[in-house]
Amino acid sequence: MRLFNKALIKNIDWWLVSCYIVLIFIGWMNIYASIHSTEVASIFDLAGRSGKQFIWMAASIACAATILLVIDPRIYDSLSVPVYLAVLLLLIAVIFLGTEVKGSRSWFEFGPVRFQPAEISKISTSLMLATLMSQFGFKMSRFRNFASVAAVILVPMLIIIAQSETGSALVYVGFIFVLYREGLSGWTIFLLGMFISIFILTLTVSPYAAILVLAIVASLCNTIYTSRMKRWCMYYLPAFVVLGGLPFLLDYLNSLTDNPDTFIKGIRPEFILLSVCFIAIPFILFRAYRTRKPFTLLAVMAFIAGVILSFSTEFIFDNVLQDHQRQRIEVLLGMKEDPTGVGYNVNQSMIAIGSGGLLGKGFLHGTQTTYGFVPEQSTDFIFCTIGEEWGFVGAAAVIMLYVFMIARIVISAEKSREAFTRIYGYCVACCIFMHLFINIGMTMGIMPVIGIPLPFISYGGSSLLAFTILLFIFIALKANENHNFR
Amino acid sequence: MTLERHNRLLIGLGIAAAILIGRLFVIQIVDTSYKIDASNNSMVYQTIYPTRGIIHDRNGKILVGNKMTYDLLVTPKEVEEFDTLTLCNVLGISPEFVREKMDEYHRYRTRIGYRSVVMLKQIPPETYLKFAEVSYRFPGFRGQARSIREYPFNAGGNLLGYVSEVDKAYIESHNGEYASGDYAGKTGIEAAREKELRGEKGYAIFLRNSRNKIESRYRNGEMDKEAIPGNDITTTIDADLQKYGQMLMQNKVGSLVAIEPSTGEILTLVSSPGIDVDVLADFGSHYNEILNDLYKPMFNRTVQAPYPPGSVFKLVNGLIGLQEGVLTPETEYPCSMGYHFGRNKLGCHDHRSPLDLEESIMMSCNAYYCYVLRSILENGRYSSIAEALDKWNEYVKSFGFGRKLGSDFPAELGGTIPDAAYYDKVYGKNAWKATNIISLSIGQGEIGCTPLHLANLCATIANRGYYYIPHIVKDSEHVSIDSKFRQRQYTMVDTSYFPVVVEGMYRAVNSGYGSGATASVAAVEGLDICGKTGTAQNPRGDDNSVFICFAPKDNPKIAVAAYIEHGSFGARWAAPIASLLVEKYLTGEISPQRGYLETRVLEGNLMDKVKAE
Repeated sequence: MRLFNKALIKNIDWWLVSCYIVLIFIGWMNIYASIHSTEVASIFDLAGRSGKQFIWMAASIACAATILLVIDPRIYDSLSVPVYLAVLLLLIAVIFLGTEVKGSRSWFEFGPVRFQPAEISKISTSLMLATLMSQFGFKMSRFRNFASVAAVILVPMLIIIAQSETGSALVYVGFIFVLYREGLSGWTIFLLGMFISIFILTLTVSPYAAILVLAIVASLCNTIYTSRMKRWCMYYLPAFVVLGGLPFLLDYLNSLTDNPDTFIKGIRPEFILLSVCFIAIPFILFRAYRTRKPFTLLAVMAFIAGVILSFSTEFIFDNVLQDHQRQRIEVLLGMKEDPTGVGYNVNQSMIAIGSGGLLGKGFLHGTQTTYGFVPEQSTDFIFCTIGEEWGFVGAAAVIMLYVFMIARIVISAEKSREAFTRIYGYCVACCIFMHLFINIGMTMGIMPVIGIPLPFISYGGSSLLAFTILLFIFIALKANENHNFR
Repeated sequence: MTLERHNRLLIGLGIAAAILIGRLFVIQIVDTSYKIDASNNSMVYQTIYPTRGIIHDRNGKILVGNKMTYDLLVTPKEVEEFDTLTLCNVLGISPEFVREKMDEYHRYRTRIGYRSVVMLKQIPPETYLKFAEVSYRFPGFRGQARSIREYPFNAGGNLLGYVSEVDKAYIESHNGEYASGDYAGKTGIEAAREKELRGEKGYAIFLRNSRNKIESRYRNGEMDKEAIPGNDITTTIDADLQKYGQMLMQNKVGSLVAIEPSTGEILTLVSSPGIDVDVLADFGSHYNEILNDLYKPMFNRTVQAPYPPGSVFKLVNGLIGLQEGVLTPETEYPCSMGYHFGRNKLGCHDHRSPLDLEESIMMSCNAYYCYVLRSILENGRYSSIAEALDKWNEYVKSFGFGRKLGSDFPAELGGTIPDAAYYDKVYGKNAWKATNIISLSIGQGEIGCTPLHLANLCATIANRGYYYIPHIVKDSEHVSIDSKFRQRQYTMVDTSYFPVVVEGMYRAVNSGYGSGATASVAAVEGLDICGKTGTAQNPRGDDNSVFICFAPKDNPKIAVAAYIEHGSFGARWAAPIASLLVEKYLTGEISPQRGYLETRVLEGNLMDKVKAE
């Protein structure tokens, strides 16, 4: 117990605390604005969402004060394992005992209060990662260590997917940046990016385009690694140009004849590409073996894996994803126009933001959001209200505020002397970043519609409380460190 | 290296922020197509109505199709001074009508606001084309395409049902699925298969400028939604047979039902007098006329009228007797112009005596079935008559009587079959005997069954012991029927008892005049029709004429029930009508020898016998 330790208070990062306070007040105002037309009442009216949010804000600030002033930050390291396991249990329990909300079982309900274990799972996973990775002798390149880190992230992620909350699970992908900071090869992020690109290319353009791009990237990487750019331009580039023109050539040939049985109609560009690969790959492998270039081997293997992925994309898309997720991706990629009104929501949200213009319509003067065109306007689509009423200037300022907050967390984490604090700080930054990017991207139509809240701003007590705890544990850790190492 | 990594992450954060802010810049500053203000209604949704699914008969003939008409919409806010006379000439309406409407719009201008209202409904395309040529002179007026029902084949009015605009109550009872201005099927197949037929509405989005003129499509129609047409439906009805059945039933009150026994598919379902298809197309304007019709054409007698079945019901009692073991095909009972009990008598007609089971069916002896029912009820296996009656009730219900058959036709009624509890209520507990309820033996008394029940009984006997639930929709590309329609429904009577009854029905038709057989009039050479007549008492006047028959005897193709109100003996009207329908279905024409019968039926008029109720 170290109640009201004056020296400690001096060491608190007041910039972060101010950011936090400003954000929750922005949230509060906008929640009031978004319900303004339907519930004309005082912002403090407890029957309305803004009044309820006010109570949650008070609770969160109290909670933050407790974390800063009462709890000894040294216990987090020792508590992380039991907390992590307990939250896992909660995550599993909610599948069986939870209340069903919009098709997913991820909420516990206690009278008027609902809470989602997935929210606190972000905290427990971050603590667990920090404990695990700050252990003496931990090396990301050692397989045993890497595997345990992967398990810590994947287990809660998979349970959350089993709750049909794939959106919340996506946030855990952000932890890859933490791993990168702690020594994971940059190639991993590169591979993940390629994985997503191939998936999207296959769906939107064609498997042919996906495989061709893959081949170009794989050979380019290999070339850059071995620095033989000139050779690549002489041999590979012309080949890729020819292959790139192939589908158009075939289309042209097809248009020359009407006979459906003509030989040319049976030829598909993928077949030609694959047969070229079948001839080229053994040759390349042989050369790689002769000249002892393991990187070339890896590049070829990555290429083959990518081809398999490309061909299984449709299977994943049709069989693994759930209907609503498929629709959201289809709408985002423009493959289908508004199949069941999913696109309509995003469109309304974009109209709301777009109608704000440079300076916005002013507080409480928005029309799109307050007339109920935008769904979930005080929770997941709260950014519409900001965009409409505060305009480009206001919305960009809010985004910049988040960026400042995240950057400050990253920088101060980087400066910290204890590995635990550093890693935990990165986890916090990644969580906030993923929520920010996915949520705001969704309201502007560059991300699929995934129902995750905007940190500190969206209506919802359990989300606000969870983010408060997440952030203030870091602030407390940092303050304690500064205090001790003065 | 580590420092470098953390900077790389910060650069990544900067790029992500740049993406978000860049996107924000595009949709808030650069792209003007998002600059829409909801408060002045600048987005206008125009509904695109889907075409309803087409209803086919079993042979692919179109029973119900669609034709294009136009509704004339007016947006009062946009209307300027216009030449009333030209508009009236083009649309064929009176100036008073236009003036009245415009006054009305003026009166309700605040309520209407910027919306469009329908001024005229269902304008035929020819008229609309004339309007379209001059429409530039009438700002604020526009046409909206709308397909309505068309009936290329005059058959099955009641069966098909009608489509009309939904009213407030309908919208409320179908939470949110309908909006004012939508059409929906209200009766018959149109109602039963509304979900498949209706399709899905679409919309086109337009933009209004600040002066409330529609300026352009919103985002080039990118967010529009096309209407999805309704699914087509194939019915089990044979359109030609249905039409012929309606001809036979003209000027008579009653029902004619034909079923294909091997599938339970309803071939013909005539309720007479019924609704003409011409009336269906424009149901709204005939509504009052139909409602006030003395003969209630909306009342679908085939599935809704509970009648006493009359002697046709003897078949059921005979089968129950056989199953219960109180009757054998060889059992003979005497008849002396009726069945005598105490000082009472249940009369019968003149025929030779005694008769065995087959002959009792052939000659329709009343006394025989009084003996049969008594032996069923006074069976020593049961502790009381009440228990025996309940058992009998169970048997009868296994034939589908006394309950809804579960067909896919809407508004089907179940009819009634009495049980012990019922008579306890009427006479007092245990205060009744077999003789009190003896008229059940010949299908009189407290029995009520619909013509569909009777046709189903006929199909059951034709199949020698089982039936398929009668239905009117067939499997087709988009519509699949419930699997229950493909399951055999067995009665509680063993299939081995049916052939003797079939033989009796065969002899009733094919024994020739002078043999005492009741249904010789229904005989058609080579068709092996098996039938049973019935004459059911009607307290309001002449007896009802009843006949069920199926043909051919082996592998029956059609089972028919005809029920003619006030048609006197079964052989007088019902048997000719049913047999003509069978003949038409199996041979495609009526043989010259039976031409006189067809003429008599077509010309017969029983309407006067029906008293207004």
